[in-house]
Amino acid sequence: MQDVVEVRREPRSVEEIRGDFPILSRQVHGKPLVYLDSAASSQKPLAVIEAMNAYYRSSHANVHRGVYEISEEATEALERARTKVARFINARQSKQVIFTRNTTESINLVAYSWGWANVKAGDLIVLTTMEHHSNLVPWQLLAQRSGARLEFVPLTPEGLLQLDVYARLLEQGPKLVAFTQMSNVLGTINPVKEMIAQAHAAGAVALVDAAQSAPHLPLDVQELDADFVCFSGHKMLGPTGIGVLYGKRELLEAMPPFLGGGDMIRSVSLRSSTWNDLPWKFEAGTPAIAEAVGLGAAVDYLSALGMDWVRQHERSITAYALERLQTVPQLQIYGPLTEELRGGVVSFSLADIHPHDLASILDQEFGVAIRAGHHCAQPLMEHLGLVATARASFYVYTLPEEIDVLVQGLRRALEIFQV
Amino acid sequence: MSMDYREYILDHYRDPRNYGRLENPTVHVEDSNPLCGDQVSMDLLVEGDHVTAVRFQGRGCAISQAATSMLTEMVQGKSVQEVVRLGKDDILEALGIPISPARMKCAFLGLRVLHKSLVLAGLERPEHADEHDDEL
Ligand SMILES: Cc1ncc(COP(=O)(O)O)c(C=O)c1O
Repeated sequence: MQDVVEVRREPRSVEEIRGDFPILSRQVHGKPLVYLDSAASSQKPLAVIEAMNAYYRSSHANVHRGVYEISEEATEALERARTKVARFINARQSKQVIFTRNTTESINLVAYSWGWANVKAGDLIVLTTMEHHSNLVPWQLLAQRSGARLEFVPLTPEGLLQLDVYARLLEQGPKLVAFTQMSNVLGTINPVKEMIAQAHAAGAVALVDAAQSAPHLPLDVQELDADFVCFSGHKMLGPTGIGVLYGKRELLEAMPPFLGGGDMIRSVSLRSSTWNDLPWKFEAGTPAIAEAVGLGAAVDYLSALGMDWVRQHERSITAYALERLQTVPQLQIYGPLTEELRGGVVSFSLADIHPHDLASILDQEFGVAIRAGHHCAQPLMEHLGLVATARASFYVYTLPEEIDVLVQGLRRALEIFQV
Repeated sequence: MSMDYREYILDHYRDPRNYGRLENPTVHVEDSNPLCGDQVSMDLLVEGDHVTAVRFQGRGCAISQAATSMLTEMVQGKSVQEVVRLGKDDILEALGIPISPARMKCAFLGLRVLHKSLVLAGLERPEHADEHDDEL
């Protein structure tokens, strides 16, 4: 199995990077597309699109079963993608990378498999109030079934976690803590390394929702010492339909399977079966092979840019956005106001204009795509006293000029609504 | 498809018609759009075979609130027979701008509340009301 050795090149210009993304040259409503919704899903570079295309054109067959040439090629393509992802997050072994459909499925896998085996009535699970529904609802289901309790780390007015409350909750000896590394609403980056160390000291297992961080920050699962890390391919330049669960080997090995079926078994008799090794124990059925190949190409692309460059670029775009947005009258930004404390996600409201109206005006008159709604974080919205916000989010291809178009659109909305 | 916020829509949004509550309504119904949090509540007073008074309250985007305001103008003083027949086309015609698919739910929130009210008041069969309630 050959792997392309990563060569650190000179950082490329954002203009040049944009040339790799075919969709960025299209127009909407007669205007150039200004895509500011990468936190929901990123766009895809040609390298990803073509890797999937090439796989289907030349190597597709089912994996792990054929003894013929192209089945072996497909198997190798799948496993090579796994190795790339493992290196990208600095996992010790490839087998610690389990392919799922997305972050949501990864978290559910842990909640069902690890949760059922380890969580009992009266046990405590600690979450935070800034979680995405996908890092909340699976634990609610587990708590309902097992009789476990859920407690939540609240936020400061600035949108940071109240770590003193976290420390106090840890004193109660929770079984599990689960938190996001970066909020998809406030952009807040949480000090997960310290939080994990504290959780371990209290005897808890720690799960990190890295849906927003894996695409945007250097991620080293060994340095974090995380027990489980979950993320989605589609937010990090890869295709939809592929996600990752990283887990510590001892934990994954001790866990019962999640879904049963083909590929996840070693041997099957009519009344019982034995399980396959990691990672396949958790990958029942035919996997998303082309999508894994696409994700492999995406992490190659990100590695070539360098995740430090990605973070640096987004920091400067975010700083620029925070500065420019604050020049718009009656605009309220939620979350920390310094770019060190946040990723490239900015939620805001403008006067009393409903975010949906804002999003429609930005779309139709300016070709700007932003998110409007509760961002799958209703408890957080409730905490903010809102039903919805507008949200702009950035990625490797975002230009300062695009922030200018956004700001121009927001001023136009004020004019239309005459506020 | 391009939606533009025409002056008359913004006018209904800022200055909604038939806004408020009725003292003794025949029926009161509230509903909301879980995705964006738009809310509408409606009071109807039915006397004989006419809707003699209607009031609504709500909060949300300009499209949902303006569409509901316009709808109340179509309801006020009309016969029950006419009101029962009000449908999506009437809303779209009143708005007079193309509504993008993502915003249809906003546009039809008031209509859904109206038909729920009519069912609750025993003036419309639930199966008929369902036709206005499908998720696009
Ligand atoms: C913080 C966070 N967690 C989880 C998810 C869920 O990701 P997916 O829908 O890909 O499962 C998202 C996506 O919006 C997210 O932002």
